[in-house]
Amino acid sequence: MSNEWPLWEVFIRGQHGLNHRHVGSLHAPDAEMAINNARDVYTRRNEGISIWVVRSSEIAASAPSEKGPLFDPSNSKVYRHPTFFDIPDEVGHM
Amino acid sequence: MYAQMVKTEGTRIRSLDEMDPQERAFQERVDAGQKIEPKEWMPEGYRKTLIRQISQHAHSEIVGQLPEGNWITRAPTLERKAILLAKVQDEAGHGLYLYCAAETLDISRDEMYERLHSCKAKYSSIFNYPTLTWADIGAIGWLVDGAAIMNQVPLQRCSYGPYARAMVRICKEESFHQRQGFDILMKMVKGTPAQKAMVQDALNRWWWPSLMMFGPSDDASVHSAQSMAWKIKQNSNDELRQKFVDQTVPQAEYLGLTVPDPDLKWNEAKGGYDFGEPDWEEFFNVIAGNGPCNAERLNARKQAWDDGAWFRDGLTAHAEKVAERRAAAKVAAE
Repeated sequence: MSNEWPLWEVFIRGQHGLNHRHVGSLHAPDAEMAINNARDVYTRRNEGISIWVVRSSEIAASAPSEKGPLFDPSNSKVYRHPTFFDIPDEVGHM
Repeated sequence: MYAQMVKTEGTRIRSLDEMDPQERAFQERVDAGQKIEPKEWMPEGYRKTLIRQISQHAHSEIVGQLPEGNWITRAPTLERKAILLAKVQDEAGHGLYLYCAAETLDISRDEMYERLHSCKAKYSSIFNYPTLTWADIGAIGWLVDGAAIMNQVPLQRCSYGPYARAMVRICKEESFHQRQGFDILMKMVKGTPAQKAMVQDALNRWWWPSLMMFGPSDDASVHSAQSMAWKIKQNSNDELRQKFVDQTVPQAEYLGLTVPDPDLKWNEAKGGYDFGEPDWEEFFNVIAGNGPCNAERLNARKQAWDDGAWFRDGLTAHAEKVAERRAAAKVAAE
């Protein structure tokens, strides 16, 4: 178990996708093999046109328990949405 | 079902009032249909049960490559061979998705392999049966993958997020497998009498083992209740088995085949088929490691792992060397 290959997270940008999306993870000894394997495992049916792989150990994540402090404050800032502002009909499309 | 007889901790299900606040909050989230994600708190029993179930499922995908792989070099046409190769490649992918899902529960893939190789972890009983003819490859797709889909479709709603998401991906691909299997058999039953007889023989041998894939009957299934309360499992074994029989018997009739069960009879009142009891003694024997191919399958896995050790180590050494060289070049450039 000492020689375990590191874990990589795989992100794929779809045929018409705007951005890369996380699709899963895999083990590989290096980045090149990780991309090769990601191609075989996650794009067998034409799912994408671009692959990113990132060592899982390089990813920092927020904890679910921080959900409140992280995301609640934005709820009070309704003015961040364009729909908050009333523009008179006469002004036309804005 | 690719995971059978998964052991769950505890002897009975506790009510919400008996739980401590943390566990109670967890159970309430599960009851509300929310997904549990890797970093969140979960009862130890939940975590262990999931590791058992997901890894058993993953092992089944990997060991399941062997009975089918047995016919790759002998597939009757080039087209069939290419399709079979694609299917076996899918199985490897399914194994990988599932190992990754299990790894989010704090166990490494190599640790899971070790448990498989040392017989501490199981895989589906079905893969301990031999593939004796080409028709068996069709029967596996139709029946075995059919039974797997029956079980996996509800698992897409399983309470553990990573497992549910892996299932979505897998289910899409499984239906390719089931159709390709049925397609093989449709061609064969329209062929020569010898081909049709080969299909009937395959059904005779695979029918009962396929029914056993759903696990023991509900009253003998001691671990189901807790798994269902945790929404790891959505339907009882017998429920799924009944659904499978109801769906599959008309398909067998379409092929002009006879299901090898003298007790099989349409029951108008319940709107389903009545059917005979699988040989549970055989089932428990296979699960215990005494089926027709248990030793062969496990040896093939262990041999591949052991013989491949130098290659895995080589790739690691190469990756380290390249990384060192790159680091040295960077230092030199600065």
